[in-house]
Parts: sequence; C-alpha cells; structure tokens
Amino acid sequence: MQKFEIERLMPSPTQDTKPYWDGLLEGRILIQQCAGCDTYRHYPRPVCPECHSMKFDWRDAAGHGTVHSWSVSHHAFHPAFKKDLPTAYITVDLPEGVRLCAPLRGGDPADIAMGQALELGTELLAEDLATPVVRFAES
Amino acid sequence: MSGLFEKGAISGIGETEYSRNSGRSSTTLQMEASLEAIADAGLSPRDIDGVIPYATGDTVAEDFITNLGLPDLRFSATTPLGGASVLASVQAAICAIDAGVANHVLIPIGRNGASGSAGRIGDRVQNLPQFRVVGEFEMPMGQIAPAQLYAHMARRHMESYGTTSAQLAEVATTIRSHALLNDNAIMSEPMTLEDHQNSRMIADPLRLYDCCLESDGAAAVIVSSAERARDMAQTPVYVMGIAEGHPDSPSTITQRPDMTTLGTAKAAPRAFEKAGVSHGDIDVAEIYDCFTYIVLCQLEDLGFCKKGEGGDFVGGGRIALGGELPVNTHGGLLSQAHMIGLNHVVEAVRQLRGDAGRAQVKDAEIGLVTGYGDMGDGTVAILRR
Repeated sequence: MQKFEIERLMPSPTQDTKPYWDGLLEGRILIQQCAGCDTYRHYPRPVCPECHSMKFDWRDAAGHGTVHSWSVSHHAFHPAFKKDLPTAYITVDLPEGVRLCAPLRGGDPADIAMGQALELGTELLAEDLATPVVRFAES
Repeated sequence: MSGLFEKGAISGIGETEYSRNSGRSSTTLQMEASLEAIADAGLSPRDIDGVIPYATGDTVAEDFITNLGLPDLRFSATTPLGGASVLASVQAAICAIDAGVANHVLIPIGRNGASGSAGRIGDRVQNLPQFRVVGEFEMPMGQIAPAQLYAHMARRHMESYGTTSAQLAEVATTIRSHALLNDNAIMSEPMTLEDHQNSRMIADPLRLYDCCLESDGAAAVIVSSAERARDMAQTPVYVMGIAEGHPDSPSTITQRPDMTTLGTAKAAPRAFEKAGVSHGDIDVAEIYDCFTYIVLCQLEDLGFCKKGEGGDFVGGGRIALGGELPVNTHGGLLSQAHMIGLNHVVEAVRQLRGDAGRAQVKDAEIGLVTGYGDMGDGTVAILRR
C-alpha cells in the first residue's frame, strides 16, 4: 500500500547511483571515496571534482554526524507524507566531510539544535526502497 | 551616466491581467503579452527574429513562429535556471544581438501556476530536469517543494546570524504595501506583522506569508541593440551590466559548503563592474522574491549589506517606497503575481520610464533587477533610462 502511495516519487537510479540505493536496502549508507586523492563525495557522481579521477571506492559511513541545519515540514507536498506531519528534516555534517539529509525519527523537532550529535540509520519505505533516517545520539 | 557594457536595451514590455484562474491557456496568455510588448516597442511581429521561451514551460519557439507569423526566426535558445532564467535570457539575447545573430529578441513567460493542469509547485518540480539530483536523493523522503528545501538555508542563517521571523515579516509586509498601489496585483489587502506571524507554518521557519503566490498570466519583453533602441517608440532602458552566477553545489543545498550564500554573490560583482556603478547609485531594486528569506539573502549577496546583516537591513522602512532602497515596487512574486520574475523586469522598465504610477520612485534613473532559482542560481541586471 505504502509502495503505491509513493510510486511517483520512487527514484530511478542510474549506473552511477545504484550501489548507493542497493546499500540502503542492506541497511548500509555508502559514500564514494576517490581512489586518487581519498576525498569523499556525495551525492554519487562519476568524477572527483578535486583531482578528476574517475576511480573510486564505496565506503560505509561512520554512522554518526552533527546538525548543520534543519527544517520542520508542517505541510506535505505529496499525500504519502501527510501521516508523518510535522516532519523534521535534518542536514547532517558527517565526519567524512560530506552531508546527508534525512528525516528525524523518534525525537521531538523542538529539541533540535545546531551541532547536536546524531546517529544514522535506514528505514524501508517500500519493498524495494530504503532511505536514510537520523535519531538523536544517546548521551 | 552610461554603462561600460551597455550593448542592449529593453525596448518593449507587455503584461496580461494576473489572476488565480485565467481560464485561458498559457500559450494564449503569452501571445497576448508578446503582442503587447511588440506593439509597445513600435515593432511589427515580423520584426522579431529571436525568441527565448521559458525552458521548462509548455510553449516553444515554434509556437511563436506559428502564432505571430514570424517569417525568419534566426535565434532561439533556452536558459534553464528556474527563477534566474529570465535575466539569463536577457543576457543571452544581448550576446546574440551583439554577435549580429538577431536584431529584436522576444522573451515571454506565461503560466497557469494557480489553475493549470501541470499542478502546483509540489507536482511541477518533480518534472524539472534541473531537479534531478534532489529528485533522486531527497524527494523520496518527502522533501519535495522549494519551501522545504530552502528552509534549511533560512534556518542556518537564523542560527548563524540571529535573523528572526519578524525580520522576514518585514519583507512580506513591505512588499504587500507596494502591491496595494498596483491595480494588477493579486493581493489587495494590507498585511501586518501579526498577520504574518499568525499565518500557518509551511516548512519551519517559513510560514505561508513567507512564500510567494501561485498565479496565472503572462509577461513579455523585447531586447534590442542599444543603438537601435534609441530610435524606437519608447524611452529605451539600457542594460548597463548583467551577469549570472551558479553557487557551489548548484544541484543540492544539502552539500553546499556555505548554504547562506547564493550564486548571486558571484554574479553581483560582475554586473556592477560591467555597469560601472556602485550600490549608492541604485534608485530602485526589483529583487526575486519566491520567499522572504531569499530577498534578505540576496541583499547581502548583492553587497547592499554584509553577510548576516540582511535582517537589520530590511527594517526601519529602508526597502519601502520612500526609503533608501525601495524593493519590489510592484508587489513582487509575494503579492503581485508569480511570473518567474519577468514581472520584476517589466516593473523596473516602468520605473525607469517614469510610468510606475502610484509606486513611482521619484527621478529613478538606475534600477537593479535580480533572478533566483533552481536551488541557488542567481542573476543580476543593472538598468538605466
């Protein structure tokens, strides 16, 4: 049922991005690391903007980060997301030097603060779609 | 004063009535606005030899040839920069004119944003090719509309610089007060700070009254060479300087190193340098206002104040008519209509011709217009009469 609701928003991965989506289905958040200069990049793309190497490896994210910014949606722009309102989306600074954007699960949006520690996770949205989520880190 | 660049001029303008339900196709609306702009310039449709349709609209160059009977279209292009497209189109038109490819370039915009079958913003953005990255990586989580995506920039600005919702309200209420002077503005009731603060939250920190309208209608301008424009029907409005800028991480705000800086920061110094003028020379500014925060941020990126000082800058009546820098004298996207910023160009031309009616800035000689779109692209034009 849920799969049907978000059908129009289902991503269409390319050869460049499919490993990222496959990783999420396994509960892993994979980030590209350049094989030429070791720089991480996200979202997935074929060329390193630093050294222009096209060789890279997929690395598992360390699994934690901190709040860079956030927003709290009180209006759903697609019916599939009405049941979750209000929904906080957090821009997360990762130790790898890239960012992630993901909805907050299991916490009150009013408690979000800049620099706050977060843990990364994944959740299944449909049989063949998983996306990242974040939770407040246990202190 | 003449600009250092100054190879092109806006020689004609046209606008339809703006509404929430036109009952007419966007092609029909655009043809009406185009014919008005062509007549305003003192031209015949047969004189139009260049056209730049909106990149992600439903009307293409061929439609203008067919409807207007253009005998020999020599130049067509599109500039897919969302709300920054319009001025990128003016820049492209001037390049084509200066290269001798075309003489008179038509730039039309039309849409049924409020009533159309393409749906409202949450639906439309899913089909924009420039939204591919956000479409793949962020929309599946429910982060779909610009309000949701841009809210991260506004929140970061608030946390970094102490910017407040009341300061965003200053932008909304000031621009509304200007719309009340415009007979072709959709919003016709005053807005107070309390009205703004009581409007429902859309994507915190952006409230309903921080967001622009969805509208039906069309606008059009004609760009001609500066030299030709001198002998045409209207007082020419010369393009002293114009530039486009793309932000770092242009496709996604999430990965942008400094999410409080737009492409405008790269475009502005180029536009001012080409124009050979300074900020104090600007008499009136028509600033792309898809959201109140985007106005505040552009004023910083344009160099009217330092980064982080936009909240203070917009207060105290500075951006109101009669203030130091009147902004969006027509009511903008927030309160006149969302014509993707072509209504900002039309208003700047009216101001510089002295035809702005009750919103006329006295003795306005030099105006600044911006475009903004697609997660952070910025365009800037400096015009003079």
